[in-house]
Amino acid sequence: MKTEKKTSVLPERGPVDEKGREILLSLKNVDIRFGKGNSSAKVVKNVSFDIYRGETFSLVGESGSGKTTIGRAIIRVNPCSAGEIQYKGVRISGKINQALERQVIRNIQMVFQDPSASLNERATVDYIVSEGLHNFHLYKDEADRVRKVEHIIEEVGLLPEHLTRYPHEFSGGQRQRIGLARAMVMEPELVIADEPISALDVSIRAQVLNLMKKFQQERGLTYLFIAHDLSIVRFISDRIGVIYKGNIVEIAEAEELFDFPMHPYTRSLISAVPIPDPVLERDKVLLTYDPAIHDYTADQPRLEDIGGGHFVFGNEQELAQYRTLRAKGELPQWRSAESADAENEEIPAKRTGRPGRRGWRMLRRALLALAGILGVCVGLFLIFLLLAVI
Amino acid sequence: MEDRNVILSVKDLYVKFRVRGRELTAIRGISLDLYEHESVAIVGESGSGKSVFTKTFAGMLERNGYLAGGSIEFEGKDLTKIRRAKEWSQIRGSKIATVFQDPMTSLNPILTIGKQITSVILRHQNCSEGEARVRALAMMKKVGIPHAEARFDDYPFQYSGGMRQRIVIAIALSCQPKILICDEPTTALDVTIQAQILKLIKDLQKEFGYSIVFITHDLGVVANIADRVAVLYAGQIVELGTTEELFYDPRHPYTWALLSSLPQLAQRNAKLYSIAGTPPSLYSEITGDAFAPRNPYALKIDTLKEPPMFQITPTHFARTWLLDPRAPRVEKPEGIQNIHEKMMNSLHVSGGQVREN
Ligand SMILES: Nc1ncnc2c1ncn2[C@@H]1O[C@H](COP(=O)(O)OP(=O)(O)OP(=O)(O)O)[C@@H](O)[C@H]1O
Ligand SMILES: Nc1ncnc2c1ncn2[C@@H]1O[C@H](COP(=O)(O)OP(=O)(O)OP(=O)(O)O)[C@@H](O)[C@H]1O
Ligand SMILES: [Mg+2]
Ligand SMILES: [Mg+2]
Repeated sequence: MKTEKKTSVLPERGPVDEKGREILLSLKNVDIRFGKGNSSAKVVKNVSFDIYRGETFSLVGESGSGKTTIGRAIIRVNPCSAGEIQYKGVRISGKINQALERQVIRNIQMVFQDPSASLNERATVDYIVSEGLHNFHLYKDEADRVRKVEHIIEEVGLLPEHLTRYPHEFSGGQRQRIGLARAMVMEPELVIADEPISALDVSIRAQVLNLMKKFQQERGLTYLFIAHDLSIVRFISDRIGVIYKGNIVEIAEAEELFDFPMHPYTRSLISAVPIPDPVLERDKVLLTYDPAIHDYTADQPRLEDIGGGHFVFGNEQELAQYRTLRAKGELPQWRSAESADAENEEIPAKRTGRPGRRGWRMLRRALLALAGILGVCVGLFLIFLLLAVI
Repeated sequence: MEDRNVILSVKDLYVKFRVRGRELTAIRGISLDLYEHESVAIVGESGSGKSVFTKTFAGMLERNGYLAGGSIEFEGKDLTKIRRAKEWSQIRGSKIATVFQDPMTSLNPILTIGKQITSVILRHQNCSEGEARVRALAMMKKVGIPHAEARFDDYPFQYSGGMRQRIVIAIALSCQPKILICDEPTTALDVTIQAQILKLIKDLQKEFGYSIVFITHDLGVVANIADRVAVLYAGQIVELGTTEELFYDPRHPYTWALLSSLPQLAQRNAKLYSIAGTPPSLYSEITGDAFAPRNPYALKIDTLKEPPMFQITPTHFARTWLLDPRAPRVEKPEGIQNIHEKMMNSLHVSGGQVREN
């Protein structure tokens, strides 16, 4: 390899937390603002989270909540206006020396959300995928470069014949895979994948996810996965962070988050996942989050561990409630601004958003079947009777 | 369905592209009737021709592409015969509107959001500039842009990916089209907004009565929005049926494969099911069943002769030799049998344990 000098600005390993997990990336109280003076807007607010080496950490949240902005801050495109970002314990945000910057660029790759905006339309796929290899001299000779490029292009499910073509000749999904190939060929340590699979159909998506998993197993790669497809996120993530309007509102291990979503925004998010089953999808109840239910005038909210690394954003009183309920394995009562909302009364308090309601609907369906000729009205009547009993 | 009128009728359509002296066949004989007020989802692998197919009747086929056969009937006209750009401009955007997967293909980066919506309203509707502004703002609110007034004069780059897409939807709906083509419009949106947008598209369908052609990779979205589903493979419809038929009684091995890839049916930390191999190159002639090389259920005849479209019910069709009376009986894979029960279970199961209710 024509490798560059090993400048040891970054240590081999990052700091280790109390459970012995190596912290690869750490955001500490990060604020990000756009604009200057009066018209400036804070779009990322006091965000803190750690990503451990070898894990897949996902960020989910609504459009405009700041996910991409955080990703771009990590690769130093967006400056932080407060707080700092550490990689292996070394600050990589703000002013840093050139050697460190080069290492950051080399080790942290981002696969961009918008495939057509991020690919140079005038360059061939071969050039696009090779560019990073060139910049960092990551190949022995021309034959080695070609081998590397062809290998990665096949791994992402394209053909070597595609290398001479230009991005506009590809479908959206194919372009997304070019972006993935360009990042993966660099053999990075941390990959920020911004909606890497949303433009892909189910089968290619499975291939790409299996591929990402394989890269992870073989190279101990770490992922920051930005996505809105919660069904996929649940399947691939070790931990998930939920972000709402620039605030992290909940962080937990994947199954924990889906079993015990404490923050109402998380619950509404889970309820919105489309179910690939026409009957279930038709009957689904959407929970709508209303931030007005929180009274934060006197008591300021913060992100705190309610036990076992499950972090929730809330004020003193809410956090205390989340802790008690979680210890009992229960969920908070669903709240909406108008508490007399009939729809919400159908949702029993003690159950998780999805399974609870689904079970409830199954029960309703069973009742409906029993009621038979008596029909829908009687079924509903029975539910209300049951509700009253419970 | 029978009592509804056909609004668009595509017959045996072929589309080819010229790519540096070579020719690629992207659509290979598609026939599809679109009914009034209905919603058809188009699913299929990347590169299967979903976008190209809809571009043929949206008047958006790229310069290097051409229609090599077939007809597209719309309002008594054969759209394949249109030669002049002016004729297309009377249909595209006003009678047949498209919302693309990538919002920046539809937005002008150097015009403000407000200008872009009002200009479309002014072009297609008879009203004053002030009135157009009011309607544009109403549309922005309808698609869920917070502080619409304040963001009216922003440029596209100041919007997040998801908000840009909502604007594109606002623009498409503001001309009240007969056919709304949605090319993965919710792909960049979070699930909450997606649910709202899907509802919006369906609600406005009741109001305006347009037909929807909805391209998506998300079978959850299909379940949400579609009355019927067309499954595309290598430029052909391989299965067509009502949404229930497609999910609960799929007949084509490719449809089986799509359903098998659902993460909801997968075990955590296991590999996701994926289809082996890649789709065929569209540059060369395809003999037999295009899916055969990747199909674990392929028969000998699949490599020799292209299967015809078999009819299963009045609404359900599939293009596979497995439906020939002479074919051996093959059950769909275990993983997708009783898919409804499995789906209900998977939503109860967590960490290997069934949760109590
Ligand atoms: N360069 C910029 N100038 C001004 N505002 C910006 C800029 N980039 C982003 N924003 C704003 O910051 C907020 C967060 O945007 P961001 O792109 O991070 O959202 P996101 O969570 O990635 O959303 P999506 O899911 O839609 O991609 C949005 O309100 C957006 O309008
Ligand atoms: N302008 C073009 N020139 C050459 N080939 C093209 C052109 N547009 C599309 N193709 C090819 O036609 C085929 C169908 O493309 P199309 O964009 O319809 O795929 P798609 O099903 O929409 O895929 P995706 O899900 O990735 O968007 C692909 O093989 C693609 O490479
Ligand atoms: Mg984003
Ligand atoms: Mg497409």
